[in-house]
Amino acid sequence: MSTRAKEILVIIMIVVFSLVFYFRKIAGGKEIIFSNLVAWVLIALLVLSLGLILILTIKGSLIGRRVVFIYVGIVLALPLFMPFTQKITISPEVRSLYEAVEKLPPGSKVLVSFDYDPPSAPELQPMGESFIRLCFQRDFKVIIMGLWPQGPQQANIAIDKILEDPEMQARNLRYGEDYVNLGYQAGNEFVIQRMGSSFKSMFPSDYRGIPYDSMPLVRNIRNFSNIDFSFNLSAGFPGSVEWVQIAVDRYGVELGLGNTAVQAPQMYTYLNSGQVVGLLGGMNGGAEFELLCDYKGKATKFMLSQSFSHMVIIAFIIIGNVAYFLGGRKSALKDK
Amino acid sequence: MEHFALWLAAFLTLGIISFLYKDNAWYKLTESIFIGLSAGYWMVSLFWDNFYGKFWVNKSESPYLYVGAVLGLLMLLRLVPRIGWISRWPLSFIVGATSGLWLINYFSSNIMKQIEATILPLFSAQFGSGFDAGAAAIIGNLVIVTGTFSGLVYFFFSKEHKGAFGRTAKLGIWIIMITFGASFGYTVMSRMSLFIGRIDFLLSDWLGMIL
Amino acid sequence: MRREIPLLITGIVGVGFVIQYFIPHAPFSYMSDWFSDWFSIIGACAIVLGALNLMKISIQKVISRKKDWGYAAVIIASFLLIVIIGMVEGKDFRVPGTNFDWLYRYMYIPLSATMFAILAFFVASASYRAFRARNFEATLLLIAAFFVMMGRVPVGDIITGFMPEGWRLSNLASWVMNYPQAAGQRAIMIGIGLGIVSTSLRVILGIERSHIGGGE
Repeated sequence: MSTRAKEILVIIMIVVFSLVFYFRKIAGGKEIIFSNLVAWVLIALLVLSLGLILILTIKGSLIGRRVVFIYVGIVLALPLFMPFTQKITISPEVRSLYEAVEKLPPGSKVLVSFDYDPPSAPELQPMGESFIRLCFQRDFKVIIMGLWPQGPQQANIAIDKILEDPEMQARNLRYGEDYVNLGYQAGNEFVIQRMGSSFKSMFPSDYRGIPYDSMPLVRNIRNFSNIDFSFNLSAGFPGSVEWVQIAVDRYGVELGLGNTAVQAPQMYTYLNSGQVVGLLGGMNGGAEFELLCDYKGKATKFMLSQSFSHMVIIAFIIIGNVAYFLGGRKSALKDK
Repeated sequence: MEHFALWLAAFLTLGIISFLYKDNAWYKLTESIFIGLSAGYWMVSLFWDNFYGKFWVNKSESPYLYVGAVLGLLMLLRLVPRIGWISRWPLSFIVGATSGLWLINYFSSNIMKQIEATILPLFSAQFGSGFDAGAAAIIGNLVIVTGTFSGLVYFFFSKEHKGAFGRTAKLGIWIIMITFGASFGYTVMSRMSLFIGRIDFLLSDWLGMIL
Repeated sequence: MRREIPLLITGIVGVGFVIQYFIPHAPFSYMSDWFSDWFSIIGACAIVLGALNLMKISIQKVISRKKDWGYAAVIIASFLLIVIIGMVEGKDFRVPGTNFDWLYRYMYIPLSATMFAILAFFVASASYRAFRARNFEATLLLIAAFFVMMGRVPVGDIITGFMPEGWRLSNLASWVMNYPQAAGQRAIMIGIGLGIVSTSLRVILGIERSHIGGGE
């Protein structure tokens, strides 16, 4: 069979598979959960196949990159069907953020900056949801903004999801009084700098065009001195570094951070120096915060996949190194 | 409409994923759509969030903003090759403002505050509290002080890394390697999280196989 | 004129921001506020310039029928689609339920999120192929990565559940992140900070002129 024919066959299989499961969903099909036995058998097969890869690698032939890709896809997808639960341990930096928020009195004004776009949403969206949810539960007033244009739209998605919860609906939260979305402004760190003297100058209206002064929640907020706590969800520049440098070090704002795992290591310096009160790093940080908030969100749901993927990456590193040492440190192994 | 939306989203998602097999027409199509949408998104967002807010909603309160508008228009002249050199004026403004702000911010937050946080009481939880730190904290404090110092020594290339200076630099590179290792671990965590998000869309939102 | 005015603008604006830090009162506070507002507008125009430039290149590609011009046409079509919808929607284009929001949720999110998500596969492939304990430094890097990768997911504590509290992988990962990792990051941060400060100073004083087309 020619390569083109194989490719067409695979596409047809994907389409058929998708149609079958899509119609199953429309017909009211329930979620698929493996039994413990099936889950353990799959894990055993995975371990055995990794052993086979080890043997192949020791013999001198590295497996092709597409095989590695398939492994990554499998270890990220399969755990979503597995019935296992894991105990999540709370790290000190997550606990300190939660405690800082818990200390705030009801009615406190909390500024949340959504400085990320959809690629980072799997890590940061759960943090945003659980944080804003916690704020609503504690009767804080939430002011949302973004230094990335997609940030306020991600905030809208988070708010929509939070308001689906009957507990939140019962609170009768009102836009403009309990929460506000100021939208996005260009200017990166200069937006924060300008907010130090006037929020209104940088955000003359909210994301819908409602003038700043006509919203009761922010009408009397002039600058950072009227903000009790700030939380920054950041995926890079502009983001946490700029908030620390300007809002914290210049204007004395109390700041907590929610970062992508790529950015989080750098933030430990600010945490160690006391410039930030707490840090949620990556999906794991989000899951820990969800646990503290007693809320089972997506970060918690995905932690099993995260665990599996880390183990497989470590397994691949070990296999590569075993082959490297047993093969007389010659890593010039051919790619299939 | 919802069915169409879900299938469209899945088509685009799988199109990008198809790059893992090889560069192909499906991927190129989705990539081109992404580039166009992305540029358009910024345009729309900047028009309504920035220009509309500043020049329509707030126009009477801040007439000085028009100076910024003129500089902004000069920036757009870069598209006209004959007078494109004028765009250096607003560009100089951007560079000057960034330099001025960063000079102070980085000096204050990333140098002085960090040095201040490194000069710490090794055996106490805080200054003046006596010998009350635990073993892990004492070791940690020592690591922070020696690690930061030796790391900085490693970055000092004006002096040859020999003798005591060289040994300190060696310790510095070890600390930096630990830092890179931790960063790598976190990068793996981050990358995996991002793809879990897409799998969740495909298996949950689209196919309804999981909740 | 072509060099002197840009140098003057850079110097005045840069010095203005430095002075404002030390004297945050009028007239310097006004200067900082104005400059920040102008920066926001010019920054927005710079991004618009980038988008228009993309269109210019794409249109040229389509007109001259260069290789893959069809994809350039797709770029133009998708650009126009979102811009027209966004402009028609008005200021509240982001409100859930609008056509723009539909485009964002069902086209922009899948595309942008997947584009970056596929990096997961390349990280895994690189781990298998290139991550070798070739010397002591590389071994240190590997060990730190191991502790962090295992300690930052719940499975790490399941594996070391027999250890006393405080000695499990999550505790070790926390210690690594908060002390040696933070020390290394701080050294890098101070180093980068010194570099930025010196470069900024060179720019403000007019010694560094690459942004206005070099020193010619």
